[in-house]
Amino acid sequence: MIRFVIRRTLYAVATLLILSLTIFLVIRMTGDPVTLLAEPGARAEDLARIRIEWGLDRPWPVQYLAFLKNIFTGQLGISFNYEMPVSTLYFQRLPNSLELAAAASLISFLIGIPAGIISAVRVNTWWDSLGKALALLGLSIPGFWLGLVMILVFSVWLRWLPTSGQGGWRNLVMPAVALGWYFAASLLRLTRSSMLEVLRSDYIKLARLKGLPAWVVLAKHAFKNALIPVLTLAGVNLVVMLNAAVIIEVVFAWPGIGRLLYEGVFQRDFPLVQGVVMEAGIMVVMINLIIDILYAYIDPRIRLGR
Amino acid sequence: MSTSDRIDAVVLAAEPRGGPVARRDWRGLLSELPILPLSILVPFILIAVFANWIAPYDPTEPIPGAKIFAPPFWMPGGSVHTLLGTDFQARDVLSRLIFGARVSLIVGVTGTLVAGSIGTALGTLAGYLGGWTDQVIMRVTDAWLALPAIVFAIFLATMVGPSMWNIVIILGAVFWTRYARVIRGEVLSLREREFVKLAEIAGAAPARVILRHILPNVMNSAMVLASLTIGVVIIAEAALSFLGVGVPPPQPAWGSMLADGRSMLMVGDWWLTVFPGLGILLVVLATQLLGDWLRVRLDPQLRNL
Repeated sequence: MIRFVIRRTLYAVATLLILSLTIFLVIRMTGDPVTLLAEPGARAEDLARIRIEWGLDRPWPVQYLAFLKNIFTGQLGISFNYEMPVSTLYFQRLPNSLELAAAASLISFLIGIPAGIISAVRVNTWWDSLGKALALLGLSIPGFWLGLVMILVFSVWLRWLPTSGQGGWRNLVMPAVALGWYFAASLLRLTRSSMLEVLRSDYIKLARLKGLPAWVVLAKHAFKNALIPVLTLAGVNLVVMLNAAVIIEVVFAWPGIGRLLYEGVFQRDFPLVQGVVMEAGIMVVMINLIIDILYAYIDPRIRLGR
Repeated sequence: MSTSDRIDAVVLAAEPRGGPVARRDWRGLLSELPILPLSILVPFILIAVFANWIAPYDPTEPIPGAKIFAPPFWMPGGSVHTLLGTDFQARDVLSRLIFGARVSLIVGVTGTLVAGSIGTALGTLAGYLGGWTDQVIMRVTDAWLALPAIVFAIFLATMVGPSMWNIVIILGAVFWTRYARVIRGEVLSLREREFVKLAEIAGAAPARVILRHILPNVMNSAMVLASLTIGVVIIAEAALSFLGVGVPPPQPAWGSMLADGRSMLMVGDWWLTVFPGLGILLVVLATQLLGDWLRVRLDPQLRNL
């Protein structure tokens, strides 16, 4: 088990190194970062000053090591605009994003899991078709457009909910639905196929042959096992929602991490953009590492098989 | 499962319910066509191709003498000259929607092609060559997969600068990783099959084995993946354009039309928001349905997913 944990951790570190190198190289290869920092049409001596101030006059390998050092000291660089460490800004916004992501997760559970179970239990009936249609719409309706339409209907026409900003639950409903929508569809698909697989297995047949009531078979035997991959996806989804809710946060003026990234883009604050992107990568790699280790802990076949 | 078992399973699964004879029947074939997705997609493709002839106005120029924010023709204040109303520069919404279809379809198809080509090539190399090549390619794939797609795309778009073809390349660079994973997995199992072993024993060069024996056998999966990627790419392009880092104005794209319409949402000018979104919804829905149909046709093992 320890060997497995060490190997997986090394993989994660390698992944993060490649990620940091990618981000570093993209910034240097697509143009001079100084021109991203400076106002358009800045004078040559200003450009030179900024170059030295930000250490961009040093050779690339030195710059890359400085970038790595920034990641490991947890600062992620200094935002050009806020003149604060990017990590400070990131963790200031994290609670807001967490609130939104938690609410969106809840909504995706409430829609995705029951609908997935019903689709699987009533497979090839019109219940199942309804589930499939829901999954299809979840993937086809862009969440941010759903958000705009909800603003139109519930804020402008019906005047039930506020259009934007952060506050009580009334501010949270629409962004959470808009964000959770897509993830509800992905949970629905996975719950359905996971339940179908479990329902076909021998131990479920045995439980039925023993004469257990149908609901006991479903609730006690099938659901529990079908839930494992579903919970895994939910964990990954939560981390993605934290970091990737950019458009939903822009539509609803929600002060989360996504909006921080958006501000960084428009204020030409490339240390901020680079830091937020790196932080998103770190969180996804970490959650994957945790899930891998948990799986190996639960299921010896995984840790011995590799 | 032995090879012959697998072949049997595939053959059995591939047989249509009416038995093998039904497939040769022309009417049977016609009824098997994906009518619903095609009836949505074909009009959109025609509109996109013939946009110059169909669109009543230049989508980038204000209409002389027209009001700004005119509603669709059936509403009070609407005009039959601008059927779906006008935007903040008195440009014709219908014409912009028509040209926007062109952007969405071009980016969707070419972005998917770029992603598919990179991913299939790297996945095949990783799976067939193994060893260090495999390690390096898969580590890079894992690293790139770790970034949420939209965050990665925004990052690249910020750095590269906006233009339609840049967006195509960016989305190709973001979405190739899924192909690489799936295709590598398939190649790993293909590599052990008899026909590949026989080709190798017969002295075929690695390039020949890959091109003649491996690639044709992963094309089905690549096609299914492609059909499912197009919709994701179209939505990603709309999202980037909505955020102002996608297709730059004045070129009409559905995403930037949504961004333009956003400020007028508060006063209830719904047509600026509803129509571009419906366009995205219909096209993506149709590609998803087509993808499901393809999956059933090409990949019997995935039929129950």
